[in-house]
Amino acid sequence: MKIMSVMSATLVAGAFSVPAYAQTEISWWHAMGGQLGETVNQIATDFNASQSDYVITPVFKGTYEETLTAGIAAFRAGEQPNVMQVFDAGAATVIAAQGATIPVETLLTEFGSGFDSLDYISGVRNFYADNDGTMIGMPFNSSTPIMYFNVEALAAAGVSAPSTWEEFQDVTAPALLEAGFIPLAQSHLPWIFTENFYSRHNIQFATNDNGYGDGTTEILIDQPEIKAHFTAVVDWIDQGYFQWYGTGWGDNQTPFEQGEVAMWLGSSGSFGGLQNTAEFEFSATLLPYWEGITTEPTQTFIGGAALFAMSGKSDAENAATAAFFEYLTSPEVQYSWHRETGYVPVTEAAYALATSDGYYEEKPAAQVGIQQLSLDAGEFTRGYRMGFYVQVRDVMNREYGRILTGEVTVDEGFAAIQAEANELLDRFARTQN
Amino acid sequence: MKRAGFRNPWLPILLLVPQLSIIIVFFYWPAAWAIQSSFYLQDPFGFGSTYVGAENYTRLATSVEYRKVAWFTMIYTILVTFLSLGLALLLAVKADKVIRGAKTYRTLLMWVYAVAPPVAGFLGLMFFDQSVGPLTEFFQWFGWDFQLGVGYTDTATAMVMVAVWKQIPVNFIFFLSGLQSIPRSVREAAMIDNGSGTQRFWDITFPLLAPTAFFLLIINITYSLFDTFGVIDTLVKGEPGNNPVTLVYKVFIDGFRGNDLGGSSAQSVVLMVLVLLLTIFQFRLLERRIHYT
Repeated sequence: MKIMSVMSATLVAGAFSVPAYAQTEISWWHAMGGQLGETVNQIATDFNASQSDYVITPVFKGTYEETLTAGIAAFRAGEQPNVMQVFDAGAATVIAAQGATIPVETLLTEFGSGFDSLDYISGVRNFYADNDGTMIGMPFNSSTPIMYFNVEALAAAGVSAPSTWEEFQDVTAPALLEAGFIPLAQSHLPWIFTENFYSRHNIQFATNDNGYGDGTTEILIDQPEIKAHFTAVVDWIDQGYFQWYGTGWGDNQTPFEQGEVAMWLGSSGSFGGLQNTAEFEFSATLLPYWEGITTEPTQTFIGGAALFAMSGKSDAENAATAAFFEYLTSPEVQYSWHRETGYVPVTEAAYALATSDGYYEEKPAAQVGIQQLSLDAGEFTRGYRMGFYVQVRDVMNREYGRILTGEVTVDEGFAAIQAEANELLDRFARTQN
Repeated sequence: MKRAGFRNPWLPILLLVPQLSIIIVFFYWPAAWAIQSSFYLQDPFGFGSTYVGAENYTRLATSVEYRKVAWFTMIYTILVTFLSLGLALLLAVKADKVIRGAKTYRTLLMWVYAVAPPVAGFLGLMFFDQSVGPLTEFFQWFGWDFQLGVGYTDTATAMVMVAVWKQIPVNFIFFLSGLQSIPRSVREAAMIDNGSGTQRFWDITFPLLAPTAFFLLIINITYSLFDTFGVIDTLVKGEPGNNPVTLVYKVFIDGFRGNDLGGSSAQSVVLMVLVLLLTIFQFRLLERRIHYT
């Protein structure tokens, strides 16, 4: 089986590149479709052309969830790829499975030219790291939720983008509604209105140091701050300040692109796509916060996904993976990825390059994500580490949908999430013995 | 009638091997695996599994959500089965009466059969699109603020409609051929006895169609329970959220999206038992009332 897979990988790689002898071939499973997929293929092609020792073959495996499942199934069958892209919610599952991956820190120290976590911008250092701060996954497409706004719509209403939710509900939203717009929509309730809500306000999200510590972790979701936020959101819906178009990402982004919705909370990684789809001038600003909760809002942590080097590969292949990671984090590649897609550059050097190149003077909105990730850190802003988190998010989405459509009250919804999420966390903890 | 026999006792076994091996590889073996893993709690990467007894089952029995999903699945199955059988029967009876251009009509009615479930789901997505879907606009015209993926009932309505639409042609083909196999003499005799078309249908035609209807009932229940997976997955766009889902879709969500193999296996075993009971029930209770000619 192994020989077969290597042979087929060789055939595939051979079809795209000039065959050369003694090249080490590695595979890369990713979840980047559409325009992003093209950019990923371009990076691989450029890497293959940049040197003659290694050949990498990217394979698109579907959504983030599908890629993770495919990677796990492949690992169980001993057919894992060299590099697998895992998204934020799947990180705990992969990081907990010690022995399934080689920490990027170990990989680059052993097979590359060393590793220093301080090379990375502060918001990305910890999310894919273990309890001791050792980086396990290599941050790749890193994003954070920010607020996009239609410049013309805000000008028509005579308001500027709000920096707090108080300002939004008292000033911005009424004016936008008056001007004939739906003031606000968002695309991912668990990510934007939950995980990053906690981080922006520096509130503890789970016991055990947000789950980074050892032992059983319990989620802290049935809490007054977030419940007050959702109570406000329900109120905004009633007043016409906010509209929810369902759990799907695109359903909420489309009305913004069509100019019906004036402000939209999405990913900093949406920037590249919006430049093609939005026919109006748009810009972005930091995720608003509640002044009633904190007057010192903190940074958010990265979303998106990281690349994990899978274990069980030969030294030669690991060296190839290390070489690819080094290529990928080089300032030039990071900067071009940042420009093409809108994902943030993950290293300080790449950020410096983008700044010195004058990119942010030309496109100020492209800098918002990285600015937000570089705000002051707090005790609870480095992220969260919870197993079966894909299921936990599904529970959140289900209950949030019910809250926003009036099927359950805020109290009922959050009590249900708390109970079900903790049952899942307990189950996950017991799989780890 | 002469009984055929094999001289060599191994020959029938040899002839059965291809079929049996397919059943073993694709049914018995995975089913045995599912039963086994339903008693374990497994690490997603397969580094270890813990025996937890019947916990995966008791968890389902006490879960409010699971009961909600089961309840929805039941209503969904009943609606899809009866609507698609009823509408197909109506269409078949009417098409049976058409003499001129009958072939064209039938072909047009059968066409949808060739559409794969995910494609049907995708067509449904376009019809029920939040901003440009013609059916969404149609519902809004009646004052129903229909929003696919937002309202629970709205999504459920779309699921039922697409699943029914997709299944009507299959039922139509069977009903039509069933109708055409009813002897002309029987119908003519009935015509003399009773002038009412409706009564003739229920007294004569329908009982004669019963074997076809029974077969279709089983096929349609299985279709609603399992084959509508593609329709559901496409309509919810892979994000279950607060949308209604069926039992089989939940098996997929928990196992293949959530990586909880033990819990998902227990659910699939429950489904397996459910289908077994349903089939026994259908054959024991319903089939007795049916006359095969």
